[in-house]
Amino acid sequence: MTLNRRKFIKQSSALGAATALGPSLYATSSQAADEIEVGVLFSLTGGLSIVEKSLADATMMAIEEINAAGGVMGKMIKPIMEDGASDPKTYNEKASKLVIRDRVPTVFGSYTSASRKAVLPVFEKRRNLYFYPTYYEGFECSKNVVYTGAVPNQQLSNFIPWIIENLGKKKFFIVGSNYIYPREMAKVCKILIEQGGAEWVADEYLELGHSEWGAMVNRIKESGCDVVLSNVVGSSVVAFYREFKNQGLTHDTLPICATVTSEIEIAAMGAEFAAGSFTSFPYFQAIDTDNNNAFIERYRAFVNDASAVTHHALESSYFQVFLWKQAVEKAGEATPEAIREGVKGQTFEAPNGTVTIDPDNLHAYLTPRIAQWGADGQGTIIDEYPEPIQPLPYVAYGETGDNLFCTAAGLDTTKL
Amino acid sequence: MSEILFIGLSLSSILLLIALGLSITYGAMGVINMAHGELVMIGAYTAVLAGIYLGLNLFFALPLAFLMAGVVGLLIERLVIRRLYGRIIDTLLATWGVAILLQQAIRLEFGLTFFGIHIEGLGPGLQNMAVPGFLTQPFDLWGLTIQPYRSFIIVLTLILTGVTWFLMYRTSIGMQVRAIMRNPQMAAACGIDVRRVSMLTFAYGSGLAGVAGVLLAGFKTVQPDMGASVVVDGFLVVVVGGVGSLFGTLASAGILGQINGSIAVLTNDILARAVVFGVVILLILWKPRGLFSMRSR
Repeated sequence: MTLNRRKFIKQSSALGAATALGPSLYATSSQAADEIEVGVLFSLTGGLSIVEKSLADATMMAIEEINAAGGVMGKMIKPIMEDGASDPKTYNEKASKLVIRDRVPTVFGSYTSASRKAVLPVFEKRRNLYFYPTYYEGFECSKNVVYTGAVPNQQLSNFIPWIIENLGKKKFFIVGSNYIYPREMAKVCKILIEQGGAEWVADEYLELGHSEWGAMVNRIKESGCDVVLSNVVGSSVVAFYREFKNQGLTHDTLPICATVTSEIEIAAMGAEFAAGSFTSFPYFQAIDTDNNNAFIERYRAFVNDASAVTHHALESSYFQVFLWKQAVEKAGEATPEAIREGVKGQTFEAPNGTVTIDPDNLHAYLTPRIAQWGADGQGTIIDEYPEPIQPLPYVAYGETGDNLFCTAAGLDTTKL
Repeated sequence: MSEILFIGLSLSSILLLIALGLSITYGAMGVINMAHGELVMIGAYTAVLAGIYLGLNLFFALPLAFLMAGVVGLLIERLVIRRLYGRIIDTLLATWGVAILLQQAIRLEFGLTFFGIHIEGLGPGLQNMAVPGFLTQPFDLWGLTIQPYRSFIIVLTLILTGVTWFLMYRTSIGMQVRAIMRNPQMAAACGIDVRRVSMLTFAYGSGLAGVAGVLLAGFKTVQPDMGASVVVDGFLVVVVGGVGSLFGTLASAGILGQINGSIAVLTNDILARAVVFGVVILLILWKPRGLFSMRSR
């Protein structure tokens, strides 16, 4: 068979047209008449599924509630659920699938910073939108992510001065799991500790998931510190608090002040091991408002577990869907750019109080709170800001409310 | 100094606890049991469930977990491993599959989640096994701070090792097991019921894993994949100690635990872990069959 030049061009251009046309023929359109598709991307399997399953549940619950109330602009939200499998690479693949094949205008997802960093290029390159519900280390300024969890200034800027002044502690032992979040948190801690006129005696890390704390707790005991600042994450938290008590340390004299330990970990370790210790979060299950109590009740009914606990990232997973809904309604259309413009300045009455999305850096205004854990596994809120404070993701590098590093125009790298 | 020794001793006892069951299933029976960690997990979940539904504390959970893990081990042996004796690589793959099955069974609550039924104590979450209060309160004895829970683990591990030694070297069934270890065909020719003895041995090794699970549940978290990290440590100890040698397992657990403990206290845990692996590599290069290998003919 001979293939002359003209024929070749004809055939290949026909093929080209077919491939260009292809996806729109069989890909499901997110602009279908009566529904809007969104992606929900959490780990349903693997080590992180313990926490991420609850985030996925809270997201689905919010979607269900919105649909029951008539949907968004009269359209039902149709969630497409994918499993990140506790693996950043899988996260990246699933995010690509949701954005490119399913063409969703928004994805709700991620718990760890590692998984967020893994999906970030997908959303930035495809100009899509990601709603991230977890407290994290800051130092990020993406136009394609809406961050609804706390950043360090909403978790530590109130916590460290409070420890120094109210507990009268002067020597900090900083301990964490060995990855980006605890290390960045430690950086912020050290700045705040030095500002407060106290000192830190050690800054130590153990592998994520490490469960043998004998040697580390022994070092804490020998270090002469008078307070432990814990950025320990995941199942290690349980082993840490148990070993702490087993070696005869008590929270009365040497309290653990934590940034990650939430209701989930407390329930898993047994409340007696944490009783007396402190955690700083914008949300606690113990917030005693009608809004929050009703939220807890609905969540328990939704997951069919009368003793299920709620926590900060879970609550953010819930309210961010409502912020998204308001943004779509304000924008009048469900495209990523329109939703991003729409979400700026959106306000919602969340279980933790009023949350607002900062128009500059797309992070959430949240109310810092400090709780002391009791013998019943619940926190007692002992310190609380009167109102939500502005999120400053670059606080460790000198960002202030008057001098924002991350603005709507993007990150000003000259300030770093 | 005494504290460093105690931490080392405590690490050793945990290693030994995990390796004890493995030294029987792997050492004596030539089965690379990747599901050993999951038997540990089953023991831990038995304790959690016994606490929730029967109100039993740790001490009563111990025999229960032994039975539970033993029965599961027995089923694994009858359904899977029995067909694979002598095919050591195949047992690795098959038991790994079993391990994933067991993990998912717990995570999906035996499939009941699909029907919207939730059993408290199962599922993907972290579970809590209550530890009796008097085991968490340290006390002073002759100027030493005694940690009751760790001490309890050490004592119980030594007792279990003693019992295992007695069973293997002072009873007729132990003699049969040792005969099968050396040469199964010859043992069968001498009238030993190889299938039955193998089955019981495997069940016993699995039961020990269950007991280990209960004790680990006291200071780790109980979760479906808690066994995965455990099984590596177990194999490390058994291989260094010498396959099939109970004394070797005891010695290698002691050595590795002390190395890990003292380096972790003096520097940090991550370095300690690296040094342990380094020592294991050197030991295996120096003595490929382990510290106390059984002479084979």
